[in-house]
Amino acid sequence: MGANLFRNLSFFSATLSFFLLVGIFAVLFTYAQQSMQEFGFDFLLTEEWEADEDDEGGIFGGYIPIIGTLLSTLIAMTIATPLAMGIAIFLTEIAHDKIVKPFSIAIELLAAIPSIIYGMWGLFYFAPIVQLTIGGNGVGLLTAGIVLAIMVIPYMAAITRDSMNTTPDVLKESAYAMGATKFEVIKDVVMPYSKGGIIGSIILSLGRALGETMAVAFLIGSIMSIPKSITDPTTSIPVLLANNFAEAQDLEISSMYYLALILFVVSFAIISVAKFYFLGRNK
Amino acid sequence: MNRLVLNKVVLVLSTLSAFIGIGFLFWILITLAYKGMAGLSFSLFTKDLVEGGIRNLLVGQFTMALMATAIAVPLGVMAGIYLREYGEESKMTSVIRNLSDVMTSAPSIVIGVFVFALLVEPFGTFNGWAGVVALAIMMVPIIIGTTDNMLALVPKELREAGIALGGSKKQVILQIVLKAAKVGVTTGILLSFARIIGETAPLLFTSANNQFFSMDLTDQFPSLTVSIYNLATYPDEASRQLAWSAAFVLTAIVLFINLVGRYVTRHKQ
Amino acid sequence: MEKQDFKAVMEVKDLFFTYPGVSEPTLKKNNLTIYKNKITALIGPSGCGKSTLLRAMNRIHDLYPGCEYKGKIDFLNPQSGKMENLLELRKENELIGLRQRVGMIFQRPTPFPMSIYDNVAYGLKLSGLKNKSELDGRVEKALKDAAIWKEAKDRLKDSALGLSGGQQQRLCIARSVALKPEVLLFDEPTSALDPISTSAIEELITELKKDITVVIVTHNMQQASRLSDYTTFMYLGDIIEFNKTEKIFVNPSVKLTEEYITGRFG
Repeated sequence: MGANLFRNLSFFSATLSFFLLVGIFAVLFTYAQQSMQEFGFDFLLTEEWEADEDDEGGIFGGYIPIIGTLLSTLIAMTIATPLAMGIAIFLTEIAHDKIVKPFSIAIELLAAIPSIIYGMWGLFYFAPIVQLTIGGNGVGLLTAGIVLAIMVIPYMAAITRDSMNTTPDVLKESAYAMGATKFEVIKDVVMPYSKGGIIGSIILSLGRALGETMAVAFLIGSIMSIPKSITDPTTSIPVLLANNFAEAQDLEISSMYYLALILFVVSFAIISVAKFYFLGRNK
Repeated sequence: MNRLVLNKVVLVLSTLSAFIGIGFLFWILITLAYKGMAGLSFSLFTKDLVEGGIRNLLVGQFTMALMATAIAVPLGVMAGIYLREYGEESKMTSVIRNLSDVMTSAPSIVIGVFVFALLVEPFGTFNGWAGVVALAIMMVPIIIGTTDNMLALVPKELREAGIALGGSKKQVILQIVLKAAKVGVTTGILLSFARIIGETAPLLFTSANNQFFSMDLTDQFPSLTVSIYNLATYPDEASRQLAWSAAFVLTAIVLFINLVGRYVTRHKQ
Repeated sequence: MEKQDFKAVMEVKDLFFTYPGVSEPTLKKNNLTIYKNKITALIGPSGCGKSTLLRAMNRIHDLYPGCEYKGKIDFLNPQSGKMENLLELRKENELIGLRQRVGMIFQRPTPFPMSIYDNVAYGLKLSGLKNKSELDGRVEKALKDAAIWKEAKDRLKDSALGLSGGQQQRLCIARSVALKPEVLLFDEPTSALDPISTSAIEELITELKKDITVVIVTHNMQQASRLSDYTTFMYLGDIIEFNKTEKIFVNPSVKLTEEYITGRFG
């Protein structure tokens, strides 16, 4: 293999991500055309998802799965953020060196468990607890949100810990040397110093939560209805796709491509903001 | 005194949240072990799904993941090499690097939808190749990222020394730089494999599933994860038990690969 | 040793110090007196324990669990006039109180990621000062005392990270001085600075001793002889010689001290 060929092949590989990204957008956009032309932007606010009897047309609106996605993510982030911050603080500032390693490994293993396991465990073990203590049927927004939170916590905690760890010891020491308490050092020195990384980790986790399928699929109820209370079942974009995409046809499947496109674009935007603006991985 | 109380409160809460996190890990693992081991038997691994075992599912899942790895590793490593060794920190390098970084977090279900449009719909049938491609698409950006990072850790002097001895750029990259970064790159591959072997969403409507033993990638292909999803929601106890056992085996595999990866990294440094 | 004509602020007595996970103590039976409103320099080759000794004086070691002290560090209580062993402090608020009385300046400048004003006001706010005009006054006074008021007065709201290295170090001194500490510990405060910034800092330290007792760790022999009133030579965790600076530099009583000062080792 000549030197030039090697260089060209590696260049081709490098551009692959770019072409994939463009390719995914183009394919989703093309297949969503039918639905986009039929419903336009009203799609976002339409609650109905009804095929006509002859299966040829119908009214398909993305409002319910979009709301379901946003609400379950919101619940997850509300729960996950303080806990993840607490874990990161514990690992960087509180725990003894000997504890940090096993705890870190445990947190990282928690992040490695496949999402389907979270979903299944949540359905059989966590949903009944929610039902018993808070009410509802067990499955619904709240259960999905909590299990989603448990899933993103280790991810968020790991990134936050890494960025908190970049705070120079001497900077912390000089705050202690002025009589600051541990909490004050964290609040006034560590947090401001690693602010970008912390916000980045939160946004990145938000992106993850939005696109998560399997954990939510078991738990959100998969019903096309607007939740009236926090324990009500509903659906989300990934869950609707997971359960109904393969059987859908014509306008309905086109509407699903439309939803996939929305999810893709929103995730892309959120993750880009987190990575470029806050995490700045331009080494 | 107030500041001290506040300090204590925050420290206690932080410690508590760490223990809550660990608590969930143990809760999940203990549940899995308890429920999963109940159904563990020799025949679980020798029978196919149709007879109540997971042999075909394990073979299918590994086949797809290994094929995906075979596609993704050369592409990902080559791309990582380009970004770090040839890219020269140009604007374009940085754009490509950032885009592939974003791709690592793309929703997996969307990748499934994309591959469905590309490789399932035109052929009119779910097929193993589609599953392989979907997994490979997930894997490539992860490998690009770790390769890029690991190559960055190789000191510049090593490259200069190689060039100074009369090596070509390509030789230096392949024989010196890549060798120096070998452990890191391998660990990255191992961890990305652990990640895709547990994926469900991109397989749901690409490979779909198959109850029978099959090595035919042009047709529906058996998948462990997709089966878990299906079995867990069946009402009968036998199906659920099988789902738990399969889930236990899957988690054991994933965590084992993760621990091996961690061990290798630690013992190299 | 010559007759002491000054008041002792701190007395290190038979101090042993051991880092966690290390079997040998890093400081062995150290004895040392720090005199009020004097500058005491700690010199010695790398690894001799001078920074370790300095960091015992405000108990900053205690941030890392497992450190062991043996012996005493008596510290003058200005109210009662009595000496109290600072190694006996256990509670967090006692340690916080100690660190407000014994300030510390580090090798590299350590401005906090906040504005110049907030950096100086930080310690004051921690100690409970809330009144805006009083804060303003104390900040201005501290910046003047640290000879950085002229450069900083028009950019108080700007980030402290925008200052040069020498300015940052003076800002850190101002930040500590604002708390009106009784003792200020300097851990090689100029080793990361250029010669001009260094002489500005040295001048400042000389000024400071009117109000504050100074202990300074330095690698730079000229700096020790220029600045300090007393010098302590340490080697391998032992205090080899402690005396007036002139005495140490002109006529040391221990051979090892002489060899170090004349540059024969270290």
